[in-house]
Amino acid sequence: MIHYFILQAGPVSSVSDTNNSFNYFPIAIQLIFAIAFVAIMMGVTHWLGPKRATEEKLENFESGIEIRGNARQPMAVKYFLVAILFVLFDVEVIFFYPYAVNFRELGWEGFMAVLMFVGFFLAGFYYIFKKGALNWED
Amino acid sequence: MTILNIDWFFALEKLILIAVVITGALVIAMYSTYAERKVAAFIQDRRGPNRAGPFGLFQPLADGLKLFFKEEIIPSHSNKVLFVLGPSLAMLTAMMTSAVIPWGSKVELFGRSIDLQIADINIGILFVFGVVSLGVYGILIGAWSSNNKFSLLGGLRGASQIISYELAMGISLIALLMVTGTLSLKEMVEQQRHGHWNIIHQPLGFLIFLICAFAECNRTPFDLPEAENELNCGYHSEYSSMKLGFYLFAEYINMFISGAVMACLYFGGYDIPFVDESALAVNTAAILGAVALLVKVGLFIFLFMWVRWTIPRFRYDQLMRLGWKNLIPLSLLNMFVTGAWILWKSKSH
Amino acid sequence: MGITQILFWFLTALVLGSALMVIFSKNPVHSVLWLIVTFFCISGHYILLNAQFLAIVNVIVYAGAIMVLFLFVVMLMNLNAETEPQKNKWLKFAGAIAGSCLLLVLVAALKDTDAMRQEVLMKTGDIGLIHNLGMVLFRDYLLPFEISSVLFLSAMVGTVVIGKKGD
Repeated sequence: MIHYFILQAGPVSSVSDTNNSFNYFPIAIQLIFAIAFVAIMMGVTHWLGPKRATEEKLENFESGIEIRGNARQPMAVKYFLVAILFVLFDVEVIFFYPYAVNFRELGWEGFMAVLMFVGFFLAGFYYIFKKGALNWED
Repeated sequence: MTILNIDWFFALEKLILIAVVITGALVIAMYSTYAERKVAAFIQDRRGPNRAGPFGLFQPLADGLKLFFKEEIIPSHSNKVLFVLGPSLAMLTAMMTSAVIPWGSKVELFGRSIDLQIADINIGILFVFGVVSLGVYGILIGAWSSNNKFSLLGGLRGASQIISYELAMGISLIALLMVTGTLSLKEMVEQQRHGHWNIIHQPLGFLIFLICAFAECNRTPFDLPEAENELNCGYHSEYSSMKLGFYLFAEYINMFISGAVMACLYFGGYDIPFVDESALAVNTAAILGAVALLVKVGLFIFLFMWVRWTIPRFRYDQLMRLGWKNLIPLSLLNMFVTGAWILWKSKSH
Repeated sequence: MGITQILFWFLTALVLGSALMVIFSKNPVHSVLWLIVTFFCISGHYILLNAQFLAIVNVIVYAGAIMVLFLFVVMLMNLNAETEPQKNKWLKFAGAIAGSCLLLVLVAALKDTDAMRQEVLMKTGDIGLIHNLGMVLFRDYLLPFEISSVLFLSAMVGTVVIGKKGD
């Protein structure tokens, strides 16, 4: 049963066709290569560097001011707003990719559809501006 | 030799190519630090590094070795695993983007025709985008794990900045995709070789893309995450030894790769202007093409540096306003104008 | 066993392992990072199915955007040890029951579906490519596409309303 679901990649050859998932094989090699490189470098620098740790040295550096509390504290809500709006806009942008590749075939009809989609979006965008959600300074 | 349906010679060939590309990227990143100091010196009428070797050419080597021999400090209040993971991720994402960039056409070696591109995938530019969107984690994790308020602020700023400019970058890219109709970088370059460079069709799109590339690489005028007058060194305040080196190297590799991406998208990639490559031998054409690409990338790197030493840093609210209120509407407009223009033109034919 | 099957089982083991790590990690930031690993492995599965566009969208949207939001939320919560909420024993019990009910429903729903017997994906294997996907989305599913924009609009309004409640 499982055979049905796995891979359509046929026997692999060096003749490449961009639609084949085998083209991702070199990326896997590169990922392994990069991980190995980073791990080795981290190991080497750990091994080569001197180790003379003292308690004061391992304190955090906050411009010479004595540390009060730690940095695990709640932050301004604006960063969340930016992150949430980013997620929404990112999904919108993702929808455009399949459109941009096909838009010559889709013609004016597709163009109008996307225009309407963006119209709704711009309404939201306008609302965000009016409410001042992206105003960094109050 | 074929085991498990894989042609292992093909794998070996790719492995060598990967090693060459990554080593090349690292060397170029190293010498970008040298170039940056020389450019800064030139702009500020100084001499720059000139002690280590002739013209100070060994300076990057000395800097790199120094980083290896520095004490590795992991603050006692930090989260140790994440503290090491942060710079590793930054470096990892920087090293992965080079996979889909076509460095040249084909070379023929030992009777095999070898593509000078690690992976020619059908969604090439989206792959770059995906990896770039993961670049946030290196900064964010490193900043948070240090348990330092300055680092945290720097990391948050960096993350917000990167995600904000990713949007405008994506939309400006879509206008380009409407022109090319493909996402594969190789195909885009081939189209430009046989026609015009895309910069002619998309000047505004390129400008937006360039600005966003500056912001994505955290380069001045968008280097808010490490604004030293407010945040010490921002997200890498607590880092030392090669972990700091990874953050710095990652920035230069990103600069190199974004130069290469822009060259491929808008300036013809490995196309040599005013030369008909088909008249040359295959290998000569490939090597000259790769050199042409590197020259274009070099010009971009110089531009990055020139801007850094010329334009002062933005304030954070200015940065956010530029990203959200100017670039996003502008890139949407660019997209629709491009689309309407192409449709209108194809109808009138 | 071919390379594809080896990859399939390798990725499956990785998905399940990292998904379990999401649950068992004590530190919420570690959980988020394991969740990112999980999404990556799922992208690997998409690539094995030749759904290349979905694979990269999964990376960009889930691993690159939504997880950044999660990380923001987790990092900016007050994570100091003394404020950790006490876990109720009954709450755990209820959670386990709810989870197993969901599992039961999913298994029951998927057990007899046609998808199990079809070899649809095997025949062409091109449906997940960006070109075909775009044609289907903008021809056959145009209305849901437009409706999704209304969904986005409401999400935006909701975000702003909740986010700006304080001032």
